Amino acid sequence: MPITLQPKPGAGTPSALSNDEILRYSRHLIMPEVGMDGQQKLKAARVLCIGAGGLGSPLALYLGAAGVGTLGLVDFDVVDYTNLQRQIIHTTADVGRKKLDSAAEKLKAINPFLNIRTFETRLTSENALELFRDFDIIADGTDNFPTRYLVNDACVLTGKPNVYGSIFRFEGQASVFATEQGPCYRCLYPEPPPPGLVPSCAEGGVLGILPGLIGVIQATEVIKLILGLGDPLIGRLLLVDALGMKFRELKLRKNPDCPVCGTHRTITKLIDYNEFCGIRGEEKREEKVDAAIPEMQVEELKRRLDAGEDLFILDVREPHEYQICNLGGHLIPLNDLPKRVNELDSSREIVAHCKMGGRSAKAVQFLRQAGFTKVHNLAGGITAWADRVDRKVPKY
Amino acid sequence: MPKITIPTPLRQYSGKQPTVEVKAGTVGKALSGLVSTHPSLRRHLFLDDGKLRSFVNVYLNDEDIRYLQKEATAVHESDTISIVPSIAGGR
Repeated sequence: MPITLQPKPGAGTPSALSNDEILRYSRHLIMPEVGMDGQQKLKAARVLCIGAGGLGSPLALYLGAAGVGTLGLVDFDVVDYTNLQRQIIHTTADVGRKKLDSAAEKLKAINPFLNIRTFETRLTSENALELFRDFDIIADGTDNFPTRYLVNDACVLTGKPNVYGSIFRFEGQASVFATEQGPCYRCLYPEPPPPGLVPSCAEGGVLGILPGLIGVIQATEVIKLILGLGDPLIGRLLLVDALGMKFRELKLRKNPDCPVCGTHRTITKLIDYNEFCGIRGEEKREEKVDAAIPEMQVEELKRRLDAGEDLFILDVREPHEYQICNLGGHLIPLNDLPKRVNELDSSREIVAHCKMGGRSAKAVQFLRQAGFTKVHNLAGGITAWADRVDRKVPKY
Repeated sequence: MPKITIPTPLRQYSGKQPTVEVKAGTVGKALSGLVSTHPSLRRHLFLDDGKLRSFVNVYLNDEDIRYLQKEATAVHESDTISIVPSIAGGR
């Protein structure tokens, strides 16, 4: 099912390749499926990658190497150490740099013929349509539901294919949405899950190679769309299970009742996606909860422990996190707390902690409801302890 | 017996099992069988009124049950029911 890309205003005739480019793309040029025509199509193509992280790294690297003429990158983040396990466009020396600067430098080093356009911004309902206008294909490598729906709707509204990939732990999904004939992301998932029900990579973790697998599948689909080759993942959802190393495919249909691409469209312009995904409501709820939970700062804990006070430290993280680092606390993972609450002595003063303070806040709330009166949440968790009390404790 | 595949994010509620076999004649009955064996899965799949949550897609083999007979879709011995929740990770 070949799709036609939108004509590019002002693009004129496909740009001829220089002798240096001909040598560089030799392995494409000698393949009849690509050839000179195909390579010129790649050179004339303009692809926008949303996110220069896990999926964006392999995507941009391969698209750049393949000779996609104009590569746009949207990101607002800075490289940190936890990125390096999977975001292979960034190196150790890049920690602290803007991801855009780091990515653009690598891409130019791989292929100096690229026209790289960087947009240091969060993609929003205000800027998405404008940003998408100058590109032919959008590749979605974001990490949250509001942006997923925003990218989808903006693709439908501007008529650009959305080359989609998403990952969780060792499982991934890929598809091509928002082509004229095919379904869009909303046809598959009309509504997002409520916030908090589906953990993010930061909370749930991700196998480092997985964004590599899925990002390369996205890059493959982008190249196929540009060349008009093969069977794109239109109307198909590819499921990748890296542990079982199983690739499965599900049929997707264009939903006639889809609010954005169906026959009776109710969404004709971009909306407030945080509100749509219930994000604001949750933040408010969490603030309320936080206000009711007694907190202890790490410095106070340190002082009181040094003074020999009787404090019971409750660690509500998972056993594999306890192995990374711990404060010698009693380990009861948050989910097990209800059935193991009898291990705790309500007459003692308890300080609950986790990695950052979120789970232990829930634990403190639970314990207070269960009648414990002397419980505190360690603000900022063991990470704050590592930052402000004991730098020998590793951060993760 | 028909097999239900449990996606990674929900395996913590199915005793870490990637697949669960359930004897049932329809997709709906298979899913109720699943949540009665693994009760903590229920709130992730169903609303309080017993309807499937809108962000949880259920497939019989490679077809979305929304385009078959929904929960009333018949299942056979060799069928695979897949639960496909939305995931958003990418960075």
